Amino acid sequence: MQMSPARVWRERGARLRLEGSRCKKCGKTFYPPKPACPYCGYKETERVELPKRGRVVSWTVEYTVPEGYRAGSPLVIALIELENGVRVLSALADVDPDKIYYGMEVEAVLRRLWTEGDEGLIVYGLKFVPVNISTS
Amino acid sequence: MTKIDRHYDKGFAELIHEAFTKAFDDSRGAIPEAIVVGNMLSSSLYQQDSLASLAADAMGLRGRGGFKVEAACGSGGHAFVAGYSLVASGLYDVVAVVGVEKMSDYPTARVTSALAQAADSEHELIYGASFPALNALVMRQYMIKYGAPREDLAIWPVRMHEHAYYNPYAQLRNKITVEDVINSNVIADPIRLMDSAPIGDGAAVVILTSEEMARRYSDTPVEVAGIGLGSEALDLGSRDDTLKPVSIVKAAEKAYSMAKVEPRDIDVAEIHDAFTITALLCIEGLGFAEWGFSWKHIRDGRFGKDDKPAINLSGGLKARGHPVGATGVYQVAEIAMQLRGDFPGLRAPSPSIGLALNTGGVATLTSIVILRR
Repeated sequence: MQMSPARVWRERGARLRLEGSRCKKCGKTFYPPKPACPYCGYKETERVELPKRGRVVSWTVEYTVPEGYRAGSPLVIALIELENGVRVLSALADVDPDKIYYGMEVEAVLRRLWTEGDEGLIVYGLKFVPVNISTS
Repeated sequence: MTKIDRHYDKGFAELIHEAFTKAFDDSRGAIPEAIVVGNMLSSSLYQQDSLASLAADAMGLRGRGGFKVEAACGSGGHAFVAGYSLVASGLYDVVAVVGVEKMSDYPTARVTSALAQAADSEHELIYGASFPALNALVMRQYMIKYGAPREDLAIWPVRMHEHAYYNPYAQLRNKITVEDVINSNVIADPIRLMDSAPIGDGAAVVILTSEEMARRYSDTPVEVAGIGLGSEALDLGSRDDTLKPVSIVKAAEKAYSMAKVEPRDIDVAEIHDAFTITALLCIEGLGFAEWGFSWKHIRDGRFGKDDKPAINLSGGLKARGHPVGATGVYQVAEIAMQLRGDFPGLRAPSPSIGLALNTGGVATLTSIVILRR
């Protein structure tokens, strides 16, 4: 990963507010945001903020990690179905990898995603934690 | 083709040179007028672009133009499609399609990072999601939705190693057992080491010519009967159904209709089993099995040497090897040799129609090539 300030700034909506897109014609909402609708082909979409809670529909405990992610390994990567049915790929945090199950309720929290060396950029974004942990 | 291996003594030029020399002899000295290179990682791992120029010099063809085609792990198949277009359009009569990849010089973490570029950088890689991890998410969904037991999904890699045992170009020619697969190291649960294609280097070259000239260069020319391309979302999140990749469905529709054939007409196929789950999605997307049923067919012993279709007699990506951007060219070369009857490993009994499916990403960019004897 090589980051630049403009690149991080451009993604602030999707990454920090969990903004997706809604098609102005068919109304389908999806994540990550895209300027055209992948489902009906309509050329206009609008940004919408997505619910921060959902359920785990698939997950993996990743042991062989890309460069720069060793400190956090093993990583838990998951597909989460939000309360409105939109699916989001993210990482799970504060979770026992052996205790994840299909349908586990999770919610988004702000976390550090990537640090570029000792003096470089820090990229923040949303990871998901089990609901009972985040509210306790 | 070169044997796929950890070729520490060979760079891009040496690998291309070896593969082209064999193709040149095989085509009675056909001299390509243009070069299309399939490659994924030269830029990210080797800081090397302009590969067609490197290839031209490696092949003794300075002056002939060309370009590299990138479609992640599907680069080779897409390069073949580009090469086909150059000939079909009438622009050139003889075109060399070169697939080449070097992966083994770097530690696994570096290669893992480079391969991960096949997925959505801003919305997947940023979380540290590796390419195996994304496939693991799909594999777990498959197991949950269709009730496929882990042991049954270990049969495919065992079968691939059995096939590769007979293929002198294959990287992994050792036989393995279901227990070996299930007990191998976890890469990204439920994907284990032996569910995954190995890291390796290799080059393959295919010579394409116009129909009129083909007889001059070969007594057993093979015709390109059908071609199809397809795309799926770069990310997993916005896919309609992660277990039914639209890229494979669309590419298959186009290729079958162009070749005027149906799935049941295919005698022999090479499909993209970078991971066991990818094999299942390919088999189902191609219509060789209903959605959700391929693992049962595999468990029942289907798709072997004497079946129709016989699948991955090379050993597939799992055991023949997967020098990512070169793989699609290996597949086309293998199918062509199957149809000619001179593949140096397991052979389908006198096949007349063959198919090669190469895909980049998690079935994100798919090319399908149908060949006819």
